[in-house]
Amino acid sequence: MGNDTVIGLEIHVQLLTKTKIFCNCSTDYFDQEPNSHTCPVCLGLPGSLPVLNKKAVDFAILTALALNCHINESNIFHRKNYFYPDLPKAYQISQFDRPLAENGFLEIRTEKSAESRNIRINRAHMEEDAGKLIHLERDGKTSSSLVDYNRSGIPLLEIVTEPDIQSSEEAIVFLQTLRSIVQYLGVCDGNLERGSMRCDANISIRNKENGELGTKTELKNMNSFRAIRQALDFEITRQRRLIEQGGKVLQETRRWDESSGKTVFMRSKEEALDYRYFPEPDLLPLFISQSWIESIENNIPELPDERKERFMKDYKLPHYDANRLVEVKPLGDYFERAAKNYNNYKQLANWILGELLCYLGQENIDIDKSPITPVALIELLELIDRGVISGKIAKNIFEDMFKTGQSAALLVEKSGSTQISNKEEIDDIIEKVVRDNCETVQDYISGKEKAIHFLVGQVMRYTKGRAQPDMVLSLLRERIDKT
Amino acid sequence: MPLNELSVVDYLNKMNNREISAEQVLKDIFNQIDRIDKTVKSYLYLNKEEALSEAKKIDQKIKNNDIPPLAGLPVAINDNICTGGMETTAASRILKGFIPPYDATVIKRIKDAGGIIIGKTNLDEFAMGISNENSAFQITLNPWDRTRVPGGASGGSAAAVAADETLIALGTDTGGSVRLPASFCGISAIKPTYGRISRYGVIGCASSLEQIGIMGKGIKDLAILMNVISGYDELDSTSSHISTPDFLLSCREGINNLKFGIPKEFFSQDLDRGVKEKVIDSINRISQLGGKIEEVSLPNMEYALPAYSIIAMAEASSNLAKFDGISYGLRIEDSGDLEEMYLKTRGSGFGAEVIRRILLGTYVLTSNHYEDYYLKAQKIRSLIKKDFENVFKKFDLLIGPASPVPPFKLGEKEDEPLAQILAEIYTSPVNMAGLPAISINCGFTEKERLPVGLQIIGPPFQEEKILRVAYNLEQELKEINSVKPDLSF
Repeated sequence: MGNDTVIGLEIHVQLLTKTKIFCNCSTDYFDQEPNSHTCPVCLGLPGSLPVLNKKAVDFAILTALALNCHINESNIFHRKNYFYPDLPKAYQISQFDRPLAENGFLEIRTEKSAESRNIRINRAHMEEDAGKLIHLERDGKTSSSLVDYNRSGIPLLEIVTEPDIQSSEEAIVFLQTLRSIVQYLGVCDGNLERGSMRCDANISIRNKENGELGTKTELKNMNSFRAIRQALDFEITRQRRLIEQGGKVLQETRRWDESSGKTVFMRSKEEALDYRYFPEPDLLPLFISQSWIESIENNIPELPDERKERFMKDYKLPHYDANRLVEVKPLGDYFERAAKNYNNYKQLANWILGELLCYLGQENIDIDKSPITPVALIELLELIDRGVISGKIAKNIFEDMFKTGQSAALLVEKSGSTQISNKEEIDDIIEKVVRDNCETVQDYISGKEKAIHFLVGQVMRYTKGRAQPDMVLSLLRERIDKT
Repeated sequence: MPLNELSVVDYLNKMNNREISAEQVLKDIFNQIDRIDKTVKSYLYLNKEEALSEAKKIDQKIKNNDIPPLAGLPVAINDNICTGGMETTAASRILKGFIPPYDATVIKRIKDAGGIIIGKTNLDEFAMGISNENSAFQITLNPWDRTRVPGGASGGSAAAVAADETLIALGTDTGGSVRLPASFCGISAIKPTYGRISRYGVIGCASSLEQIGIMGKGIKDLAILMNVISGYDELDSTSSHISTPDFLLSCREGINNLKFGIPKEFFSQDLDRGVKEKVIDSINRISQLGGKIEEVSLPNMEYALPAYSIIAMAEASSNLAKFDGISYGLRIEDSGDLEEMYLKTRGSGFGAEVIRRILLGTYVLTSNHYEDYYLKAQKIRSLIKKDFENVFKKFDLLIGPASPVPPFKLGEKEDEPLAQILAEIYTSPVNMAGLPAISINCGFTEKERLPVGLQIIGPPFQEEKILRVAYNLEQELKEINSVKPDLSF
């Protein structure tokens, strides 16, 4: 591998304002009846005019500050002109040469590398989202197309990185880090599948010997982390092979095709549109004063990195646990709610990152909709700590809790799986096991230390796991030593 | 006197004195329309039934001593201003049948004040033109001489006012589109400062230049409607927060000691002799009223028209792109192909002048030419603004002709795309600088007895001063202006 991979990303982040960027329509459009969240402005009806939603600017500034960007004082909106049925005005109100923010960076750390790296942010600008086309099919062909303008006018922040990313792995980590930040800021839910965060990528190969940057291609239509990784890997390999075979990478836009697992040609550089950008005359220039920026700066909430440090310090969690807990904000929130009334933090982290995430993942449930609440979880953990149930049984109870939503105490009682702490009851079983396994007992007496574990296992078998292994061990030793 | 000949001032007086009813006035107006509009062709759409039922409601209200400010005043609206529930086409085939689901802010304000929308008037398609001949549907004739054009773009409104088919009307002014037809039709029209009146609901053509204007029979009439429709609108980001004065009060004062600049660039060889005579005559009258007159120069005026054209066409090319056949208006579809649908719909929905301007506007905005055209035009625009700012440091107002020519013959300039723009040579610089200006009839050419408009231009938000001067002059010219067009056909 003599050459380097060079990747730059363009990420569209839907801002979670209550209303759209240029009108008062609700942004709560997902799964709603088509065109039910529209008005003359976001439908682009003749005579309608845009009015900027200041909350969207607040969110954009907040995000840009978290990405260490410089906020431009004087902002101008431009029209990006092109025809497409989902674009009701036939132009998108966007920003061009005077974006909201420039020259930032985001620190990322991949699992493999020991050191973190800064990915530079070229710019972040505001724009409006377009509507959505729905294609109806008959006999495998598009028979007609419908337009839903509910998404038209949802505020977007487009974040453009410098070509600093060197692998698909880094790209994913960058996006995860970014997603985590926007979630912490409360400006975006970061859902790639629903399209509230969307990513395009520019990819090229740099010749290591002469440092020359190859021709780039632009990749579109990647709707999940998995798709992004696969698409990038495919495209990197495609370009490398092409170059190795003496071919030439052409400047073009390519589309990730999920079903074939390939990137496919969309349009060439020559077919690229001239968007005829010019300043939007229906909006005044936007001036962002220092005091506006400061008022937002003073209210930046705790970000994932700070929270991770705090988790490591306050809860004495290892880096790996802390990192995973804070990545998705609601997960960290879940941990903290539980940790308020429970101080075996490591055990808590293990259960959240292990069992809980596993079951949630299987059922595709978000953490904030978990059927097991933090309070319910610590009730279970406390039963383990008090020796009422074993860790192994706790896992079964956990599964039942997850399925039924019932409390740990109730389920433990129902199943009769309380640990046997009655010494006499266990003594009887030990007596039987010692009698039935004379040979093993002899092995132990003659110095085979391991033999006793077999006997413990036998006792556990008869008690159906309800005995405490430590207690059984000491009782067994006592019993054998007596003989 | 038939009630359709009333001024707004007289109408309101008589309504307040219970001498007339809104219904009677409307009936006289619709009678006049029935009688002459087959010939004059001012209206594209009549809102007769709804208007009459509104008038009855208002008359009832007045009986109960609840008199709204406009007391059922009949208003005609240029067809590029959206009227909810009423077809609004901007005189274009591409919008034939389009019924807006909402009222423009000015319409809402007129209705809230008790005004009645009587119909939609003709204009050059998407307000692009100076003669009304670019309307996709009909050509309005000049009531003073039916072989001549009424001027454009808001020619339907001007003709309707001149022919007593309404008491007052709204138009839009992008480069002179209310002042020029007012000049051609012998009425008065004001284009207020950019931002004074909300543009929400105006079918945008050149967003940074256009402003709603009022066209009426007298200066006080304009002031009355200004009072109703001016003021900040949260739906238009470019509307100004400046407070609205009582414009009617400004008509009370004299003009003694006001300083008037006469831009020498407005009296170049392009100016018709007959027009020039009448304009100079009015300037002399203003001087006699106590105004101080001095010649001034606006050195960058010669670049105004090309720069204006570039900006207007660039903005229009983008503003008109939304007419794509997708969700409203005309759609021509005979194959399943999207591209073809766009081409056919737009190709046959727009008229020749509109297509010409869209093409030129598209060209000047392409990334290769942006700097040479659009950016340069914006720089010139700044220079023109500066020119005006400089003269307004020393002068209260500027005076000159509204149009370089009197109304021309139908068809005379049809094949001269440049002439279409040249007529706006004295009016469009005002739009470039966003200034307020008025056109007031100052007499008739000696030879052909055609109306001549005098233009008074002021600094931003100085409409009061403009109205004050115009009103004083109007009193001086009363005799001249008492003549009416002969509509006995």
